[in-house]
Amino acid sequence: TEFKPPIKEYPGKIAQVQLGAGSRKPVYLGGQTSLYRFEEPQPNPPIVTFDVFDIPMPGLPRPIREHFSDVMESPGEWAKKAVKDYGANMVTMHLIGTGPKVMDKSPREGAQAVEEVLQAVDVPLVVGGSGDPVKDPLVLEAAAAAADGERCLLASANMDLDYHKVAKSAVDYGHAVLSWAITDVNMQKSLNKYLMKDGLKQEDIVMDPTTCALGYGIEFSIDVITRTRLGGLKGDPDLQMPMSSGTTNAWGSREAWMKKEEWGPTDYRGPLWEIFTGLTLMLNGVDIFMMLHPESVRILREIGETFTK
Amino acid sequence: MAKVTAMDVYKLLPQTNCEDCGEASCMAFATKLSEKEADLTLCTELSDKKFKKLDDLLAPAVKEIIIGKDEKAKIIGGDEVLYRYEESYYNQTVLAVDVPDDLDDSDFEKRIKQIEDLEFERTGESLKLDAIALRNKSGDPEKFANCAKKLKSSKYPVFLVTFDPIAMEKALAFIGDDRPLIYAATKDNIFDMADLATKYQCPITVFSPGDIEKMKDLVFTLRSNGVEDIVLDPGTLTGDAIGDTLDNFVMSRRLAVEDKDEDFRYPLLGVPALVRLNNEEDDDIKKGTMEATIASTLMNKYADVLILKGNEIWELIPILTLRQSLYTDPRKPQAVDPGIYEFGDVDENSAVLLTTNFSLTYYTVEGDLKSGDANCYLLVLDTVGKAVDVAIAGGQFDGESVADLVKETGIEDMVKTRKLIIPGLAAPLSGEIEDETGWNVMVGPRDSSAVPDFIDEKF
Ligand code: B12
Ligand code: SF4
Repeated sequence: TEFKPPIKEYPGKIAQVQLGAGSRKPVYLGGQTSLYRFEEPQPNPPIVTFDVFDIPMPGLPRPIREHFSDVMESPGEWAKKAVKDYGANMVTMHLIGTGPKVMDKSPREGAQAVEEVLQAVDVPLVVGGSGDPVKDPLVLEAAAAAADGERCLLASANMDLDYHKVAKSAVDYGHAVLSWAITDVNMQKSLNKYLMKDGLKQEDIVMDPTTCALGYGIEFSIDVITRTRLGGLKGDPDLQMPMSSGTTNAWGSREAWMKKEEWGPTDYRGPLWEIFTGLTLMLNGVDIFMMLHPESVRILREIGETFTK
Repeated sequence: MAKVTAMDVYKLLPQTNCEDCGEASCMAFATKLSEKEADLTLCTELSDKKFKKLDDLLAPAVKEIIIGKDEKAKIIGGDEVLYRYEESYYNQTVLAVDVPDDLDDSDFEKRIKQIEDLEFERTGESLKLDAIALRNKSGDPEKFANCAKKLKSSKYPVFLVTFDPIAMEKALAFIGDDRPLIYAATKDNIFDMADLATKYQCPITVFSPGDIEKMKDLVFTLRSNGVEDIVLDPGTLTGDAIGDTLDNFVMSRRLAVEDKDEDFRYPLLGVPALVRLNNEEDDDIKKGTMEATIASTLMNKYADVLILKGNEIWELIPILTLRQSLYTDPRKPQAVDPGIYEFGDVDENSAVLLTTNFSLTYYTVEGDLKSGDANCYLLVLDTVGKAVDVAIAGGQFDGESVADLVKETGIEDMVKTRKLIIPGLAAPLSGEIEDETGWNVMVGPRDSSAVPDFIDEKF
């Protein structure tokens, strides 16, 4: 038999989401009409966004602290370093300090940290709360207002909090929303449906199917992400959004941070753990990666570009 | 193409229900066959013709191939699906490490020993390398053959890496009856290599870098010459071309699984080692990081065999872990038996701990208790293989289930104390566990690595 490249037809298309507007240089996520570039040219390369925190974050592993210890007191300087020195496409501003059990900063203070970063860099922002289901919607609302028209990604809307409020903040001030479900395609579909009822369109939503790190359930993430992307391309309108990964979760694995002679230096092992986690999810459909280590970011960006060129 | 059903299989069985196969009926046997849980040879009533038909029907999309012999044997291939959630991937990626033939005797021995001894324990499994890829770097057939001879006694099967049929023949003369993998046939040497594969009955790799159309031709040539055990190497192009490599791997596997193209229904082989061999100037850390990155790319997208050069533990731990994860069976929970486990010397005053039966959780805790020389009882709760906070969120871990576990294990007759150490993540359940069990609850650390110290200081 003759050789014919195995190119498939997909009835569906992944929506293209723009992040960054106003004073930001925009980036674009998604927009795919196929799984691989040999089928159809891939419209956008994967994007990496650097994690930045509004407090000095004592818990960060040493291989990361050593790159940022000089700027951790100032979110603006931290963001600048991520962009200028390490080539970040975007910055994720985690407002950890607003956590009631952390420093209980007010939503207004959170918004100020966002303003500081907006001033410092011209890349688009992801804005995240502290993970407190009661306070996060209020913090995100204040941040959304402060960043009016800059088209940030608000992280996140999920079933455990008042996602109506998050959706409304996005609609009112022109932002996109991260729709986060915990490794469950059906939960993801429901949440997306609710968000679209609240006035968001496919082009305003990025999904977070949850990143289980390498060795800590990465196979669950692989399966859910694969099914989600195939579902979208097959035509399910509730799954036709780009996907995000909290790749930073990799640093929670003891193989990444724990000092142990027999395992070799964490300086090399840690970044690889983050690269493997991100890359595996990239190969199965994720479009944007929230990451921590400069070397992991560089390698993931480079290889991601060659997969889509 | 649709999967083979039990009905498809049943139609070809004798339908006499003679029970010789150990099953109650032909239908039961058919079900097992279609789930890959039984071997066709167990049916005693099949004619040769029917056997061949069934064997073809049951053949996986990717042919299974054996490298090495007897206790050294490793099976590769056998996959049926493109995405693991659809079923499972089978026969985990074989990891071979490059050994050049120009090392002096002691370096050669050292390297083989390093490869054979490398081991990483994870969730109760010992993760290891699988094969030795002997490379004819010297270009000298004698040297190559002499090294091959030394590998006769190696623990792992051997790949013979040379494009020179003379060197290959010389090496095969020594270890040809151990089923080494011949690497590789190319468009220039294919007939000579095919003869060697046939003469020694060894599996053979087809190498066609960056051109899978040509690869298909070469495979067809081999098949036409009666060669059956073939491995495909579409080339591992590094640097910017890694995207092309990925495309070639994916296309090859798609053609095998979805189109059942006979020239592609073979295991795939990648060579991340080329990153190290091709970038002389980079430092070792950079090369190791890149080599591992390429390995993870290809393992994710269908590589059944990888040849690596690095054997540093920090580089191999992530590779071994990814392999373990990719090849877990999505149809089965990863769990250990619930119940009571003892560590060290226990008596009626020993500490009692609680954890869940998720393999990763259990083995992490077990490892920490052992390395910290703790003496204690560990109660393992049946959470259908869920981690601590997953089980709490999912409702499998609560006061009542813990109380049942305490009763069932009989721990109350083994110790005088009534103090239970629970995981830090289970703190919100402490009141409810106290109410249901009548025991005192001590909330332990969040990470079990701190447990042995916690027992010493607080218990
Ligand atoms: C993988 C994963 C899953 C997998 C399941 C994997 C499995 N087999 O358990 C899947 C996808 C199925 C899943 C499902 C759900 N998940 Co989930 N999942 C995770 C994830 C990413 C990792 C869990 C893990 O493997 N941990 C590793 C193991 C080794 O940790 P561990 O068991 O806790 O053990 C450690 C400690 O507890 C301690 N320890 C253990 N035993 C002992 C004993 C003693 C005595 C001591 C002192 C210490 C100790 O040491 C161990 C090593 O550090 C976490 C997030 C995260 N990064 O932690 C979320 C997470 C646990 N999941 C969560 C949720 C909500 C769910 C769901 C309820 C989602 C849903 N609504 O459907 C379901 C529940 C499913 C069910 N039970 O029926 C939440 C829980 C939130 C909370 N705390 O309430 C988390 C934290 C994610 C989040 N941030 O929201 N999940
Ligand atoms: S041995 Fe063969 S004929 Fe007899 S019951 Fe089993 S499958 Fe049927």
